[in-house]
Amino acid sequence: MQDRFFNFVLNRPWLVLLLSALFVMAAAVGGKNLVFKSDYRVFFSDENPQLMAFEAMQKVYSKSDNVAFVLSPKNGEVFTPATLAAIKQLTEDAWQIPYSTRVDSITNYQHTEAEEDDLFVADLVLEADELPDMDMQQLKDIAVDEPLLVDKLLSDKGHVTVVNVTVQLPAIDPTKEVPEVVTFARELRDQFVTANPDIEVRLSGVVMLNNAFAESSLGDQATLVPAMFLMVLVAMIFLLRSITGTLASLVVIIFSILSTMGLAGWMGFYLTGPSATTPIMVLTLAVADCVHILASMFYDMRHGATKRDALMHSLKLNLTPVFLTSATTAIGFLSMNFSDSPPFNDLGNMVAMGVMLAFVFSVTTFPALLTVLPMKVKVVDESHSGAMEKLADVVIQRRKVLLPGMALVIAGSVVLLPNNVLNDDFVKYFDQTVPFRQATDYMADNMSGLTTIEISIGSGESSGINDPGFVKALGDFSDWLREQPETDHVNTLSDTLKRLNKNMHGDDEAYYTLPQDRELSAQYLLLYEMSLPYGLDLNNQLDVDKSSTRVIATFQNLTSSEQLDIENRIYRWFAEQAPQLQVEVASPTLMFAHIGQRNIISMLMGTAIALVLISVLLAFALRSLKFGAISLIPNMAPAAMGFGVWFMIDGQIGLALSVVAGMTLGIVVDDTVHFLSKYLHARRDKGYGTEAAVRYAFSSVGRALVITTLVLAAGFLVLAQSSFKLNADMGLLTAITIVIALIVDFLFLPPLLMLLDKDDKAAVNADTNNKHTSATSASV
Amino acid sequence: MKNKLMNKVFTSLALTAATTVSMAAHASELDASLTPEQQGLAISQASKDSDEGWQDMQGEMNMVLRNKQGQESVRAVRMSSLEVQGDGDKSLSVFDEPRDVKGTAFLSFSHAVGADEQWLYLPALKRVKRIASRNKSGPFMGSEFAYEDLSSFEVEKYTYKYVGTEACGELQCYVVENYPVDKNSGYTRRIAWIDTAELRAQKVDFYDRKNSLLKTLTYEGYKEYEGKHWRPDLMKMVNHQSGKSTDLAWSGYRFKTGLKDADFNKNTLKRAGR
Repeated sequence: MQDRFFNFVLNRPWLVLLLSALFVMAAAVGGKNLVFKSDYRVFFSDENPQLMAFEAMQKVYSKSDNVAFVLSPKNGEVFTPATLAAIKQLTEDAWQIPYSTRVDSITNYQHTEAEEDDLFVADLVLEADELPDMDMQQLKDIAVDEPLLVDKLLSDKGHVTVVNVTVQLPAIDPTKEVPEVVTFARELRDQFVTANPDIEVRLSGVVMLNNAFAESSLGDQATLVPAMFLMVLVAMIFLLRSITGTLASLVVIIFSILSTMGLAGWMGFYLTGPSATTPIMVLTLAVADCVHILASMFYDMRHGATKRDALMHSLKLNLTPVFLTSATTAIGFLSMNFSDSPPFNDLGNMVAMGVMLAFVFSVTTFPALLTVLPMKVKVVDESHSGAMEKLADVVIQRRKVLLPGMALVIAGSVVLLPNNVLNDDFVKYFDQTVPFRQATDYMADNMSGLTTIEISIGSGESSGINDPGFVKALGDFSDWLREQPETDHVNTLSDTLKRLNKNMHGDDEAYYTLPQDRELSAQYLLLYEMSLPYGLDLNNQLDVDKSSTRVIATFQNLTSSEQLDIENRIYRWFAEQAPQLQVEVASPTLMFAHIGQRNIISMLMGTAIALVLISVLLAFALRSLKFGAISLIPNMAPAAMGFGVWFMIDGQIGLALSVVAGMTLGIVVDDTVHFLSKYLHARRDKGYGTEAAVRYAFSSVGRALVITTLVLAAGFLVLAQSSFKLNADMGLLTAITIVIALIVDFLFLPPLLMLLDKDDKAAVNADTNNKHTSATSASV
Repeated sequence: MKNKLMNKVFTSLALTAATTVSMAAHASELDASLTPEQQGLAISQASKDSDEGWQDMQGEMNMVLRNKQGQESVRAVRMSSLEVQGDGDKSLSVFDEPRDVKGTAFLSFSHAVGADEQWLYLPALKRVKRIASRNKSGPFMGSEFAYEDLSSFEVEKYTYKYVGTEACGELQCYVVENYPVDKNSGYTRRIAWIDTAELRAQKVDFYDRKNSLLKTLTYEGYKEYEGKHWRPDLMKMVNHQSGKSTDLAWSGYRFKTGLKDADFNKNTLKRAGR
């Protein structure tokens, strides 16, 4: 069956090539359906409780997706007639941004003051042409004193200000809406900068965040994928010293990527930051199959076999291990289905598909190509004193030191693992080269950032927000929240009520207090609401029934655990101070804060299941329960050690890193499979003793393992260059884990085997006899 | 019936367009010799004229506000209006619900040209407060109706463009675009569907400042009062951007109740709430 199949491939190479090319083309057409979803919400499944809470809150109040124009006049002063006129113009122009529903700035801030017996409500800067005659210091004093503005729309020094545009994306086509808004906002910024060269403009906000996901990932596609191809090309030419082999491998890689992405398109996948790395991962993983097949083939050819015979032998020899390693890699990636975050489910499924496609191409297209392409290999005497044999000698001689030494190293790095801190800060998902990150950091440094928590406080009765008890609780809570050390800004209705009370008493500062009477409070609000123009109403703070209100707090940059801590403190405050009120706390920040933890718990489960599946597969493949069990150690240790090493490099783990353990499991298993299968081949079929079998394993697969590890590590290190830190960290930790796996397989596994797999007497003889002979030429 | 209407339209045409358009004997609301702008104006003028002479009106309106989450809230308002010849109407509204604003009263002088004048009486403060006039685009009592959607329709508030005639439910409607004259309006334009039978507004689409569809208002249950004044029982406003909506149900329409100009001032406003 296997022979007939490979004979067919080698006898009818053109037909095989044509068929596979047709398949790839048909699949690749599906790529047109692949679109990038630029929305941070894709990181959350529909059932995610934090997302559900946040969506519910947005339905009650209004959406808070925004574009923030961060303006900094070069002279360091916002309050000049020219700058204010420019801000006023931008405020008006910003209404033209698609899907905008509200624009807030210091110029259209609805300033209230008492004017004789009337309440005067109007834009702080009403007419641009009146500006030259206005008292700038007075305007500045009003703005800097206003808790709604300072640290949110205006820095306390008055040198940086924000024009905040709220957009309500219809979410009918999320792939188009965000770019549409961003394109418009950037044009507006460019026009503004041309007209006002003395004002710097930066763009931040949730919409820019969403956009950064897409731009950052697509930027990677344009730079990292070509870089990766180049690297693989150079590495393969250098390591395999065969142009034909390299070319054929490249075709397999390209076919694998095209058909994976194409099929994903047909299946209705969409791209997200993490899943957009699929091409790089498939590229990296597909190389290994080709390298193994080529290595065996070249080995035979160097020993004088014809190309066809060598290829045939290599295919038969490698079919099982290549299938096995592909399957385990696929299982490892499929473990990502346990992730709570859909982009990682997609990444796992797409790469798993890609790895299996790569396997199919490497046993069909690849040999067909090698058949039709010219190829020469010099017949050389294989030197047996190569690096691998030397390494084998060292490992065997020093096994008494290596075993406890490596055990210590493993234990030492695993001990560091729990010290990693959970953190998912979506701003830090981007490195400092990304404009969104720069703008957001700048905004956070001068005012407040995007770390917000929204608190909906419900009274449980219609118009209940006017109840003096409720108003007092709201005021107390807002004061308490402002006193928390992490707090930058609190947007609360209690400030508005205090201000109105003051205005209604002839602007007497003594009345900057909360109204004590329900009717009074309700009627102040009614009057104020009836005085507000379109887009500046209170609907974003009040529900229709006036039974609940939303407080929005902005914090300094916090780690996820600090965010969860403040969330708990908020709930505790209400439990202790106002247990009668209904409190909901939600925000994108909190969604990310929770998902890291949720994801780690679910990924532990996924990784455990993958481990069991892979171990069972290994036990079957190795036809030994004992070796299946032994393989657990070198399979599990690398990821655990990788996280230990990570603590020394970064120490923060989040959404992306929690999938690394499962993902690398499938990859590192390959080394063990190759090493153990050669070891067992020597033990069982050749009757070697443990030492000789170790030596045989080193000399037959050692070089291939080093090559594939180098290629894999290099591939994931290329990914580590991504400006999207989520992907970069994933790449770096995976590369580290893969290198650790090789070290463990070379330095720890052999001494372990020699300890646990005791020689019988016959084998000891063979072992000593063959100490310095080639593993392949040895025979018993 | 049809003849009566044609006459109405003809009259208004004569009034508004006579100077520029030579009047043909068979002039109708869709005189091909008129520009779309003139046709739009003619239809709107005819619609306004057909309702002329109601003098004063009283009624109760019940507003139900809904958000995307399905929560509801009710406002109850008693309203009296006075027809003012040659300018916008005057109206006085008294709020009965929500309970904590009960007795609050709202007086509005709508003007054909220029900003409206508005006052609010707050019973908790026992004072009348004037409200800034630039707020016409703002929401009325937190609803999806803006002030400008509720204040009286005056021809001078817009410029017009007739777009076509199409079916609207069982009726045929003129479709007319309205462009607000006042820069404080929240809209770039409105598209009104006015039925050809009685020249009543059946539906209005509102386009926001960036010319995106913001809201749709539909009128239901038109009834004829005093032999010529058509009033809807229900006005439904849906905000397409926020997913919120407001139903405004009318009841107890009474016409020619004898209200006078003296019933609409700051003093009557204070008394009205009690």
